[in-house]
Amino acid sequence: MAKSFFNPLFQIPNAVDKPKKIRPGPEITPEIVKEHGLTVEEFRRILDLIGRTPNLTELGIFSVMWSEHCSYKSSRPYLRKLPVESPRVLQGPGENAGVIDIGDGLAVAFKIESHNHPSFIEPHQGAATGVGGIMRDVFTMGARPIALMNSLRFGELEEPRTRFLLNGVVDGIASYGNCTGVPTVGGEIYFDACYNGNILVNAFCLGLLKSDRIFLAGAGGVGNQILYVGSKTGRDGIHGASLLASSEFDETTEDKRPTVQVGDPFTEKLLIEACLELFECDWVVGVQDMGAAGLTSSSFEMAHRAETGVSMDLSKVPLREEGMIPYEILLSESQERMLFVIKPGHEKEALAILDKWGLDAAIIGEVIEESCVRIQFEGQEVVNLPIFPVVDGALDLKRETRRPQYLDEVVHISLTEFPDFSSGDRALKKLLACPNIASKEWVYEQYDHMVRLNTLVLPGSDAAVLRIKDTNKAVAISVDCNSRYCYLDPYEGAAIAVAEACRNVVCSGAEPIGLTNCLNFGNPEKPEIMWQFKQAVEGMGDACRFFDIPVVSGNVSLYNETKGDAIYPTPTVAVVGLIENQKLIMTQGFKNSGDQIALIGFTMEELGGTEYLKVMFDRSEGKPPVLDRKHEKQVQDFCRELIQKGLISSAHDCSEGGLAVTVAESCFSPGCQTLGATLTLESTLRNDTLLFGETQSRIVISFPEERINEIEDLAMAFPVDFSLIGKVGGSHFTVTVNGKEVVKQDIEVLKEIWKTSLGNYAG
Amino acid sequence: MKCGIVVFPGSNCDHDCYHILKHILNQETHWLWHKEEANLESFDLVVLPGGFSYGDYLRAGAIARFSPIMNSIIRFAESGGKVLGICNGFQILLECDLLPGALIQNQSRKFICKNVSVRIENTDTPFTLQCGKNQVLEIPIAHHQGSYYIDPFSLNHLEENGQILFRYCDTSGNVSAESNPNGSVGSVAGVANGGKNVMGLMPHPERCADPELAGTDGQIIFQSLISNS
Repeated sequence: MAKSFFNPLFQIPNAVDKPKKIRPGPEITPEIVKEHGLTVEEFRRILDLIGRTPNLTELGIFSVMWSEHCSYKSSRPYLRKLPVESPRVLQGPGENAGVIDIGDGLAVAFKIESHNHPSFIEPHQGAATGVGGIMRDVFTMGARPIALMNSLRFGELEEPRTRFLLNGVVDGIASYGNCTGVPTVGGEIYFDACYNGNILVNAFCLGLLKSDRIFLAGAGGVGNQILYVGSKTGRDGIHGASLLASSEFDETTEDKRPTVQVGDPFTEKLLIEACLELFECDWVVGVQDMGAAGLTSSSFEMAHRAETGVSMDLSKVPLREEGMIPYEILLSESQERMLFVIKPGHEKEALAILDKWGLDAAIIGEVIEESCVRIQFEGQEVVNLPIFPVVDGALDLKRETRRPQYLDEVVHISLTEFPDFSSGDRALKKLLACPNIASKEWVYEQYDHMVRLNTLVLPGSDAAVLRIKDTNKAVAISVDCNSRYCYLDPYEGAAIAVAEACRNVVCSGAEPIGLTNCLNFGNPEKPEIMWQFKQAVEGMGDACRFFDIPVVSGNVSLYNETKGDAIYPTPTVAVVGLIENQKLIMTQGFKNSGDQIALIGFTMEELGGTEYLKVMFDRSEGKPPVLDRKHEKQVQDFCRELIQKGLISSAHDCSEGGLAVTVAESCFSPGCQTLGATLTLESTLRNDTLLFGETQSRIVISFPEERINEIEDLAMAFPVDFSLIGKVGGSHFTVTVNGKEVVKQDIEVLKEIWKTSLGNYAG
Repeated sequence: MKCGIVVFPGSNCDHDCYHILKHILNQETHWLWHKEEANLESFDLVVLPGGFSYGDYLRAGAIARFSPIMNSIIRFAESGGKVLGICNGFQILLECDLLPGALIQNQSRKFICKNVSVRIENTDTPFTLQCGKNQVLEIPIAHHQGSYYIDPFSLNHLEENGQILFRYCDTSGNVSAESNPNGSVGSVAGVANGGKNVMGLMPHPERCADPELAGTDGQIIFQSLISNS
């Protein structure tokens, strides 16, 4: 027995060492175990489960499969509580992407996923491969990707690296998405000091498929062939997602640059076309992307799902470099690779299709009955592991949770600390210039958002809207999370993220039908972070249950912190909505001079957690706005009713920056002419809360004057809070409160500030 | 009009061109696969669509010019057949010398996707004959290497020869540095060959030709071709 196992911690329970068949490797020392990110307890469990010492290759397999990134060992117990069902759900969590029925024999597959750590180290490739990975997750289901979105978080503007990271990430997303011919139709970007040392790059993809042609990632049918497709395997990205994404950043982070994968969007485009052609064939049994943990996770997980086993010969894997060893081949995270399972006898047909698209492909193994993965290399067996211990053996960690102390300090603020204003001009200009609110034109102009001719609502409105050709339908998508709210109250903040994303798609005329989440948090080994996680998932789950929105896919990204400083909890959600009639789509911009402006919902004295407090007083404090779910539902239902009856000209969700910013944005929304507006308000609230407070469940609409009575009657009947607040028109944005003018600005001046601010910073 | 749309492995506007020609304008439309030469005699129009033909890691269109289908297209063009290159298609036509000049990186060194205005400079070509003199069209651009370059002498020659068909302009048709999105010399957005049967342009007319999307200004280019066939 190896010398290192004289250490009593490494005594093998029930050990029957069977090294004869397995190629011997270096001794497994405690140091090697530690380098693989496995704890002593986890290593002992491995010995328990397989009854012998794993060799180095097998240890590598356990290391990636039991990593936080692949095993969800900290988060899984909480994720189980999310609602995942509705009559429309065709595939919930557990596959590469969730699938939802949209009628007419069609379905949409979608998912959002993080690529935070690689993007911080190498922004261009990190973000690009994030886009590539999420696209593969979606077309693996048999869907043609039709839309990309993203949710990005950067540090404050003053942080020297922010500009570099912003440019790199946007360029990476653009170069990858644009080349593949999938439009990037929208997203969100926030800047805050909490992301200085750990940016977030969350990529979303939605694909369209026939509802009876969903492909699953199972290796079913003993004797079926394992087909490797796509780029050759190289030494890039070894331990990329698994180790890089499963620990905090520190001084050694720069050394991890080689773990970042490099993307090739042209090969991705070939893969999309070739895979969609393969999916037409009835001999394709299953398919999975070789994403995090590469060939290892795809083979083990596919066998696990089908309750079979897999035998593979690594000598047959197309390689990029000479001299690669099984450890490297199995753990490589080279991009643009897929693993197919096909029925025997169709190998030639498959290879012909792949050759047509100029892709590497090889039959590398077959499905076996025994529930294990056996791997040969150059005539020797190098891995022989049972499936269950590898895929499901990692124990759920019951991490400790503790309410963080900071909450006691930050939530209690008194409005008397902040003097109210008599003129809101300065605050309005500062808010419109602040990069969290300013136009994201500099970003989305770098993305091809029109290719494939489906984009009905271009970037810059509450939700992106894409038509489904050959039907009357369209889908609306919104990505959302206000992480400052989540920092101040993770439960409420996560619930608000759900409500707001739903409200955004409702403002475009859609009915929300499904949600995917990307849960970005700090180090789960800290009880305070786990408390944030638990609260946020509960808040999200409760909101989804209330609004009846199933969570069909998602991703957890932990360890988002640098040298002990965690990001704000950022449970980003993407909500997909369905529009039955393409003719009844709404956008946020005012359309006609003379239209009435009205507010659905009401404004409360809430200023905590607002962009206003942050921008004017540099404070991220107070209680975030309260979400009254019942009221929220009424507001959304009423808005959708107005749109479906064709009564209104515009609808815009009232969010960051409050009422004044919302109306200003409607005055100069992309794709609409610039129009002024006059608001005449009566209120007992302070001017700052009335103009810039972020009370939830509010929508600003505009409509022709002759419809006032009809709309007011509808509001009464609903019932929902509704008030006329002003009129569209003129060259200025003017707000009068209780007869006193508090804002008066040339609309072109405001527009210029809003439109150019981000580009001036980034360019 | 019988149309052929070339499909390179990295073409991504091929489906859009097909959709407009076949489903919106009801023309007979065929795919032309890049790996095969084709008999194009019976075709009225060949479209080289936008995209990233072979990944464009070298120089946009630099590899595509060597593909088998290009031999057929060059013969087709030389015998007077009409060829329309949009965006990447324009880049390919330049690479195989069917059109003069070159396309270099945008001045901003960034990809630009937005609506721009272009002014019709010559209505006496099969691609523009339905346009009014100096008519302004709103057409989207989406490119990274779209800054047209040609030496001043040749630019002058193109101008005198009526080979400049489109220039970037503002919504009222004024050509200026401000209305030039990518730094093209002379604000050139599209050019034709001497015989006016081959045309390349950076803007995407197929993106503004479906009435269900915003704008239909791009239709006039296809309508011109249809009326001429």
